[in-house]
Amino acid sequence: MNLATKDIRRNLGRFALTCLGISMLLMVVMGMGGIYRGIVEDATLLIDRIGADLWIVQRDTRGPFAEVSRVPRNLVHRALAVPGVSSAREFLYHTIQRERNGKPLRIAVLGLSWPADKGEWLPLTAGRPLGQAHFEMIADTSLGLALDEQLTLGEDTYRVVGQTESMISSSGDGIGFFTVADARVIQFDQTGEAVRLERAAREARGRQFDVARAQPQLLENAVRPAAELPQIAGPQISAVMLHVLPGRDRGQVAEIVSAWGDVSVYTKDAQRELLLQGSVEKVRRQIGLFRILLVIIAAIIMALILYTMTLDKIHSIALLKLIGAPNKVILALIMQQALVLGTIGFGIAYLLGQRVFPLFPRRVILDGSDLLQLAGIVLLISLGSSLLGLWRAMRVSPNEALS
Amino acid sequence: MTVRDSEMPAIRAERLVKIYGEGNTEVVAMQDASMHVNRGEVVALLGPSGSGKSTFLTAVGLINPPTSGQIFIGSTLVLDGERPHADLRSMRRQHIGFIFQKSNLIPFLSAVENVQIAMELNGQTSIAARRRALELMDYLGVAERADNLPSMLSGGQQQRVAVARALANKPSVILADEPTAALDSRRSRQVMELLATVAHEQGAGVIVVTHDHRALDVFDALYEMEDGRMRRKKSVIHSVIS
Repeated sequence: MNLATKDIRRNLGRFALTCLGISMLLMVVMGMGGIYRGIVEDATLLIDRIGADLWIVQRDTRGPFAEVSRVPRNLVHRALAVPGVSSAREFLYHTIQRERNGKPLRIAVLGLSWPADKGEWLPLTAGRPLGQAHFEMIADTSLGLALDEQLTLGEDTYRVVGQTESMISSSGDGIGFFTVADARVIQFDQTGEAVRLERAAREARGRQFDVARAQPQLLENAVRPAAELPQIAGPQISAVMLHVLPGRDRGQVAEIVSAWGDVSVYTKDAQRELLLQGSVEKVRRQIGLFRILLVIIAAIIMALILYTMTLDKIHSIALLKLIGAPNKVILALIMQQALVLGTIGFGIAYLLGQRVFPLFPRRVILDGSDLLQLAGIVLLISLGSSLLGLWRAMRVSPNEALS
Repeated sequence: MTVRDSEMPAIRAERLVKIYGEGNTEVVAMQDASMHVNRGEVVALLGPSGSGKSTFLTAVGLINPPTSGQIFIGSTLVLDGERPHADLRSMRRQHIGFIFQKSNLIPFLSAVENVQIAMELNGQTSIAARRRALELMDYLGVAERADNLPSMLSGGQQQRVAVARALANKPSVILADEPTAALDSRRSRQVMELLATVAHEQGAGVIVVTHDHRALDVFDALYEMEDGRMRRKKSVIHSVIS
């Protein structure tokens, strides 16, 4: 006869409520683990998906995912000349926040190196890759933009031609994919008035120079577009991505590039590691610590619940001892209930989580190994927290059955 | 089975002493209490409240060992003072059946399971234990309530289930602590007669602590405790008359 199940059946309603309470707690623990995993996954998603062998970034910076990085566009050509490089592409990445339908819309803008990169590597859930050099975009579904929908950013309007799912920046913003040229326009979007004021300021500065006084015609250049002026630097990009020829040593290529004084070079793994150790690290540690706290709280609450459940049965336990029940029977009664509580609590937490977590604003990823680890922890908590109840049960005297 | 043989001891308590506390707080709860109960014999233990009856019963029930004295189950020395000579829990399981003032059934087990558990703890299979439990309950007239929880039974039914549990492992000793206290006079007599019948038929030695003088004629011997001391009354008839 299994006393644990008999007792549970007798107090089914109360036990079910207890299980539900425990499952809520475990769901939060599970969710924190999922959020932690989601942050890591989101942070490294682009690096992993893009799959570049090497990243060339501004000297002594940690790359566009961790901080601002600016390199000249012509770096692409320099990089292509390095022996062993099969392709070099521009990479532009920045975040913008605009208002749309009265609500803030944050977009992580990623420039694709048109025409070499049209976004074919993206896991499209609808639509197609970019088909022209301007005014098209691929949007992540988290941005809430429908296929064929048009979005005005600055002076230009972009049409959504493709959709992705779960392409999210490390800060949780949905990614919009544009050509590098469009991404740059979005980044440096200025109103006509701002352009006119800048040109006027440029002309005013020119007047301060003797050469302009001597040759007033030079000032005419000041009001021309910046792109037509050789003395003004062209717009920059965030990084250059390199693919190395098969069979060639990435280390050798990286060594050549790192000898250049204006840039730093990272492998894919190094870039990934830099990202995890940088912007994500504090969030990761915070969630990790919070998760540990939750596990401790869950253990304490379970221990108290099991202790209370044992106290409720203390007279029956004394009676069992009186009629000669060996300690293993009482031990099994308490431990089996602890395990049933933990197992059912974990199961409900998982099933509830499957329904609730997709509603969270950030991705919650329930990784198989994390779930196994949590299941192990719940098992240990169940066994550990039953010790308090066991201690009380072992101390009870058969005499108490007579009182 | 009928066993009525004064040569076969069920339980023997020799000069039991129980002292609680020490020094100024020392209380002698039981002094030189001796009792010899044969198999098939039903013995009543009388006495006012606080006279030491429960102390004696918990000592011979191997629950609360005496400070000194010896307790034998059958001819086996089980306790010599506080020192056990056998596994007390195992001895209780195999040789002693308990009946209490309150029925003391396990609330989350049905009536039949309350009887069954005693046998399963003693190593019987679940099927065999259930079969015997139902037989016993039938014998005691509560078989029709076998699947009810204790909370759904009347006081008398609960007490009969408790008697069935006490008999489950065919113990050589049955200890009953005021088993009729919660029952009316008709039920009280029924329970006392039942205990006597069981003792005679199954050959168990029965010790009943009671205040109820209306059914003393069912007992084979009477003992009385006062201020921790025990004496055997000469005969049942004499006691009833006096």
